[in-house]
Amino acid sequence: MLGVPVVAFTVWGLADNAKLFLSTAMNGLTLAALYFLVASGFTLVFGLMRNVNLAHGSLYLLGAYVGYVVGEWTGSWLLAVAAGFGSAALFGLVLQVAVFRFMHGEDLRQTLVTIGLSIMMADALLWMFGGEIYQFDPPRAIFGRTTLPIVEIYPTYRLVLLAMSAAIGVLLWWFLNRTRVGMMIRAGVDDRGMLAAAGVNVQFVFAVTFAIGAGLAGFAGVVGGTALSIAPGEDTRYQLASLVVVIVGGMGSVVGAAIGAILIGVAEQFGLAYAPTYSVVFTFVIMALVLAFRPQGILGRRT
Amino acid sequence: MSAADWRKAMNAGAGRYAWNAGAAGRRVTTHPSPRPSPLRGEGEVAAGAWARWIGRRVGARHVLVLLAVLIYPWVATPFFTYQIGAQSLALGLIALSLTFLAGYGGMVSLAQMTVAGIAGYMYAIFATSGTTEISLRWPWGLAVVLALVIATVCGTLIGWFSVRTEGIYTIMITLAIGVAFYYLAQQNYSLFNGFQGFQSVMTPAVGSVELRAPMTFYYLALFWSLAGYFFVAYLLRAPFGVALQGIRDNPRRMSALGFNVTAHRVAAYAVAGAIAAVGGILMVWYNGLVSPGSVGTSWLINILIIAVLGGMRHPIGPFVGAIVFVLLQNFAVDLVGRERFNLLIGGVFLVIVLFSTDGLLGWWAQGRRYVQGQFHRGPGAALTQRRGQ
Amino acid sequence: MKSLKRRLLWVAVGAAMLAAAVAGGATAQAPVVKIGLLATLEGPFAAGGQDGMRGAELAVKERGGMVAGRKIEIIKASSDAKPDVAVNATRKLVEQDKVDIMVGPLSGSEGIAVKNYSKTQPNTTFINGSSGAQATTLVDPSPNFFRFNTEGAQWMVGLGDYAYKTKNYKKMALIAEDYAFPYSQVQGFMTEYCRLGGRVTHKAWVPLGGKDYSSVIAKLPTDVDALLVVLGGADAVNFLTQYEQAGGNKPMVGGSITVDQTVLNFKGKRRESLLGTPSAGPIADRYEGADWKKFVAAYKENFKDGFPSPSLFAYVYYINMKAALDGLDAVKGDLSGGQAKYREALKTLKLKTPTGEVTLDENRQAIGNTFVTEVAKAADGEFYNKVVKLVPGVNQRLGMSKADFDKVGLGSRDVPNCP
Repeated sequence: MLGVPVVAFTVWGLADNAKLFLSTAMNGLTLAALYFLVASGFTLVFGLMRNVNLAHGSLYLLGAYVGYVVGEWTGSWLLAVAAGFGSAALFGLVLQVAVFRFMHGEDLRQTLVTIGLSIMMADALLWMFGGEIYQFDPPRAIFGRTTLPIVEIYPTYRLVLLAMSAAIGVLLWWFLNRTRVGMMIRAGVDDRGMLAAAGVNVQFVFAVTFAIGAGLAGFAGVVGGTALSIAPGEDTRYQLASLVVVIVGGMGSVVGAAIGAILIGVAEQFGLAYAPTYSVVFTFVIMALVLAFRPQGILGRRT
Repeated sequence: MSAADWRKAMNAGAGRYAWNAGAAGRRVTTHPSPRPSPLRGEGEVAAGAWARWIGRRVGARHVLVLLAVLIYPWVATPFFTYQIGAQSLALGLIALSLTFLAGYGGMVSLAQMTVAGIAGYMYAIFATSGTTEISLRWPWGLAVVLALVIATVCGTLIGWFSVRTEGIYTIMITLAIGVAFYYLAQQNYSLFNGFQGFQSVMTPAVGSVELRAPMTFYYLALFWSLAGYFFVAYLLRAPFGVALQGIRDNPRRMSALGFNVTAHRVAAYAVAGAIAAVGGILMVWYNGLVSPGSVGTSWLINILIIAVLGGMRHPIGPFVGAIVFVLLQNFAVDLVGRERFNLLIGGVFLVIVLFSTDGLLGWWAQGRRYVQGQFHRGPGAALTQRRGQ
Repeated sequence: MKSLKRRLLWVAVGAAMLAAAVAGGATAQAPVVKIGLLATLEGPFAAGGQDGMRGAELAVKERGGMVAGRKIEIIKASSDAKPDVAVNATRKLVEQDKVDIMVGPLSGSEGIAVKNYSKTQPNTTFINGSSGAQATTLVDPSPNFFRFNTEGAQWMVGLGDYAYKTKNYKKMALIAEDYAFPYSQVQGFMTEYCRLGGRVTHKAWVPLGGKDYSSVIAKLPTDVDALLVVLGGADAVNFLTQYEQAGGNKPMVGGSITVDQTVLNFKGKRRESLLGTPSAGPIADRYEGADWKKFVAAYKENFKDGFPSPSLFAYVYYINMKAALDGLDAVKGDLSGGQAKYREALKTLKLKTPTGEVTLDENRQAIGNTFVTEVAKAADGEFYNKVVKLVPGVNQRLGMSKADFDKVGLGSRDVPNCP
């Protein structure tokens, strides 16, 4: 049912201006890669701990700024990336252990705490770093341009981003499906009570999950900030993007996050290219359609 | 099963915090209060029954508060009447819709300000404003009615989208819907006038009475706030409200009892939408303008902050929260430097969420319990404390 | 006896009070003049707002905190670029803090809202901060709202001529953000450019807040001579980076905030290709005018924590506050009679600003100078905006008569159009 208009549009687009169509498709995929990085952490945390972390965007920004500082200080972009991941993961770990651990089961209260935190963090970061824009300085090798068929020239960094996302996706899949901790996480997503009853240190699993989820946000902060610069307001933007991606893809499912990200990223870019005025509204239209016909998301499960 | 037994059963699962599926909020009484029926007996007996009913219900503090809000404009400066008083009442009304939905329906909707904004936008489009290409200049009464109807319908639609999922998911969905409307309003110039929004929205005059005058506007806002408050208080004791609270506590059981859970929830959104719409009209009159900024993320979250600040256990909560919020917003400059207002409000919010079970009202109740405990020292004290909730 | 003692006591008290009153009266000075100052100190515009406040404070400092024998008291307030917040902040300053003069706000739509509010406060004078929307003074102006700075459209006058005649760009494509300020900038440019015969064949209006220009870039036509880029700060940097990465090589013409200091100072090899980019605006970093150099020196000396060079916001707030104080000087601090004399003085004020003289038109909007600039490299390797032309006496109707301008209307997505 949905397939027909999509195929029709594809045929028309390719016939009309193949270069534009394909480059937009590539742009969509690479943007989706960034969205996936941010949303995967978000969905992981919700899936296991039922914690809608509305400070996820702030963690993105925190990782970006810390990564920037480290990058400036050491001159190494890779270290900046690592610092972005590490700082956000550490912050997330502290949050889980010091605050959320005591609010077990109180979903709304946890969310309210994350809202308060996001407001405070946004203002604190604005205070510390001001309203200026910050750009990263990645190695020349990944920041130039490559030649591709049909599209001709394409920014190398976006391809690197795509590759990184795919790698992280595979890594996450391997972690969740082939390690003990991953197995515990999956079990916890299915049934928290049983996990505890089986003698697993549930708090440990929670802490690890939150740290990973937050770390992913910080990692995305540096990686995304390299592509699109850091500025105040990015936190809200990526928070909303994660929200929409996860609603569409399904809560708690990493594969769902990938699918949702692709849908949303591609829709946004095609909207920008072919109907710029309402491009942002397209993504929300998709979300509304999913909510109307499949409220739990494409790969979500009915709780 | 008698009504009383059923109500007791519905409240059995209630937890300690107002935010859990079972709220310790306004407990429904286990014995129905005999409302005096004027049909029964002679006028004198009926009047006496009414007086007793009022005497049982209305306490000294209710009278005091009512007197205070009535006299307020006479003792306060026009600035305080308008910017502090009326704004608190209008914001409190919008937050009341959220308290109704969240505290009593268990659905936290961040789209209440969106509904209020839609009402404001519709009024600006139908009535007179500075944007003469779009505003239709219809009579203000018609514009108000149309705006209220459209906004309530939108609120119901939003509810329809949101009710098919449970609990915390609702926050996400309503936030996303709210942001979608923000972008729509910002990008569309033919209907919403995009980034500029509608400026110089005319506040009407009834005969020779300018509604924009501080005292008149304050009383208008007060009237609608009182109406909203009493309506919500009444609704909560009516079968619909009781069913709603039951659905909040245990939807599966209610469904098994034959209640249409989805219909009740959507109806709750409709009611909340209507209340928010009234608040939205008041806000557009207060501001004299409506723009995408009025329905952006920060205002969506601000309404939640107001509702949580005050407390979700009683319909007075959002008004208390609104007063605190507006005071902070206006006088934080003198305290801490307006640039760091967000840090301050975030901090206050965080403190209240972490350390109170239910906002300021929760602290108030805790304080009262403690004070009462001090006065009731004795073997029965512990028992009184626990039962006195 | 007791009553006599008591009476003596009362007389003593009375005498003491009288003495105090007389002493107080003797040392009493002329009342303080309270000026409210509103800027956007929250959100992404915070840096600009802070600099705006610095500019205003500089104007006060230059007079030593006194004007016409009265002490100046500045009461600050902040908004977050939302019109309803701005009006609330203004209302507090005017009705609660009882300021005599109001200077602010910062952004366009806030300005319109504050102008509407000013109509309800006929006894207070409102002077603009840096808000640059055309509609503030062109549509329904307020008799007590004054704007001594030129607005977005005025800032681009002269650039269209330069691009067409000197740079020889006959066909251009436009990339700009989709809201009021870029509309006015584009109108200022295109009114001249289209009249000369230039064509803008493609208009890409990017939604506000969009950071990803890849698809917009992919859609740009290849048969244009140059790009007209009206983006600010971070967005400009992003666009330039992405444009270069996508292999773009067309020259650019920038809006007033597209090639300012923040953009010129970011790292990346795109900077080299920025050399020669023309732009226009109310200031130019290294303008050789004596007054301008004095202003920059004063800014640098007074604000060690400020920017390396005063930003647009600092400059505009400076001249508006200077106007407020110069007006007070002209009426010798007399704000009586509902400030009527003060307003008359403001209307006829010939304001001396660091970039030239400013007068007001019939809508109390400034008529001032605009600089056309080009990006150049200084001897020390720094990039800056070199002045290539000074356009004097630019008015809000862009040189057209009232009838002609009203026919065209304010800038919007489709106005003006010459594809």
